[in-house]
Amino acid sequence: MSVLEKTRAPEEPAVAREPRVTDEHGRRIRVWELVLRYALLLAVLALTIGPFLWQLSTSLKGPTEDIYSSPPTFLPGDPTLHNYERVADTIPVWDYALNSLKVATANVVTNCVGSALAGYALARLRYRGRRVATLAFILAMLVPVEGIIIAQFTTMRELGLNNTLIGVVLPGCIGAMNVLLMRNAFLNLPYEIEEAAFVDGANVWQRFLRIALPSVKGTLAVVAIFAFMGAWDDFLWPLIVLSDPSKFTLTIGLNYLHGTFANDERLVAAGTIIAVAPLIALFACLQRYFFRGVGEGAVKG
Amino acid sequence: MALSGISRVRRQLPTSPWLFAAPGLLVTGAFVLYPFVSTLVNSFTDRRTLIPGRFVGLANFRELLHDDMFWTGLRNSTLYVLGVVPLLVVLPLLLALLVQKNIPGITFFRSAFYTPVVASIVVVGLIWVWLLDDRGLVNAVLETVGVGRVGFLSDQWLLLMSAMAVTVWKGLGYYMIIYLAALGNVPRELHEAAAVDGAGAVRRFLSVTVPAVRSTMVLVGALSSVAAFKVFSEVYLLAGPSGGPAGEDTTLVMLVQRTGTGLTGRVGYASALSVVVFAVTVALMLLVLRADRKEDS
Repeated sequence: MSVLEKTRAPEEPAVAREPRVTDEHGRRIRVWELVLRYALLLAVLALTIGPFLWQLSTSLKGPTEDIYSSPPTFLPGDPTLHNYERVADTIPVWDYALNSLKVATANVVTNCVGSALAGYALARLRYRGRRVATLAFILAMLVPVEGIIIAQFTTMRELGLNNTLIGVVLPGCIGAMNVLLMRNAFLNLPYEIEEAAFVDGANVWQRFLRIALPSVKGTLAVVAIFAFMGAWDDFLWPLIVLSDPSKFTLTIGLNYLHGTFANDERLVAAGTIIAVAPLIALFACLQRYFFRGVGEGAVKG
Repeated sequence: MALSGISRVRRQLPTSPWLFAAPGLLVTGAFVLYPFVSTLVNSFTDRRTLIPGRFVGLANFRELLHDDMFWTGLRNSTLYVLGVVPLLVVLPLLLALLVQKNIPGITFFRSAFYTPVVASIVVVGLIWVWLLDDRGLVNAVLETVGVGRVGFLSDQWLLLMSAMAVTVWKGLGYYMIIYLAALGNVPRELHEAAAVDGAGAVRRFLSVTVPAVRSTMVLVGALSSVAAFKVFSEVYLLAGPSGGPAGEDTTLVMLVQRTGTGLTGRVGYASALSVVVFAVTVALMLLVLRADRKEDS
């Protein structure tokens, strides 16, 4: 993702008479073009971020404030956290958040460990059946999840794991795509280092843990972030596998809140902010890996 | 030493490769490949959630042909592809061009445009349910400017279009990043040569940028059309679990979910519906890839 990394190129120092803004090739951008660009950027910004801000604003409006006014009032007149207390009284929202956190954390751990191990086996170890194993992961990656959820549901029932958080995590706990991402990362490492370690008497576990794994930390971070986001945001599978309201994850709880208290917009707004805030914070801190994941994930298609 | 390092390892620890791959293979086998095969098998049975099925041949598929809801679902999922894919191929490319130049603050804009991708579809769906509500922000604005209120979430077709708009809104940032990477590889000389030849911005876009990122456009087309055909959450959240007025907004995957889950689920019939989802998904991929090859020759 070279484009994204170039973004921190030093800006030209301002010349006294007029500010000089240059593009990535050091050519000047004309003023009218710059104005047009910023105008368009701000318009798109309003379109992408505006809905989140409106939701935040609704969640902060008190019970006496008219949220249906026309023309609309964008800022809450008397901001209050009252709706966040109310949403916790209506549904066990913090328990749901904890369930989501458990599911997402488990998904991160299993995906990182499982796909690093399997990816290493596919990339580095010679054994009979390696091609068949690789093919199995490629086929699994191509199967659309939506087409097999019913069979996954019956499988979970047979295992007695429907309506449990383990049942939520299990089907995606070692994603085939993650295995292939890790395989590619290991394939890109020069083999000589490991050979040197082998000559020094390091066995396969030592080479995996001490040499290969530290060299693919970036890809591992991508796997971790997408595993967290995937589990935290997932909707269709938990909707199918969970039926007991005490086991709900945050997304299923929100859907339930919306279905049951649909006319209380302030409440639903507060719930959605609780669900989205952690991920926006995560994204703000680790943007680089989010963008890198898009690049690596898209290449597989 | 006659033996190479690799074969020494194999002698040293003959079981370890399988130990390394075992967890991944087990999960993939048990929860992806086995369910895939069992979906195919179940589609020829009358299995229900609590009742083991009998082989019924093509009965499920014959029933499909006479099931109005199936045709509604197929129509809506197909319309979804036709409505969403052109927008998701073109708009993110324009957006990528907008954020490509490194002007001050551009990293902020790139991140901001990506934010909807990070949010859960449930959050996004509920935000838009409130925005498009009869008394929501969009209608308040429309009324203020004198257009009057629009029943986005009560009319069958407006509902489907609103859901498409939500899908496009959530997908823009994702495909923008894909295009951004592709645009970085377009040689600048091409643009300069075209500019010297007197080509305007639009002309340069069509005859330099578009050909240079064409393979990425095909990729985006393939990814977005497969995703669009499998649409579930957007319509489920905007139109409700029953799929809008008289179920007219039901999509194919919504029908799978409704038919096959719960204690009374018709697993056999839902599996037949799933097989149709597979078939169309594969057909869409082949179609897009073939269109790509044709343009090549």
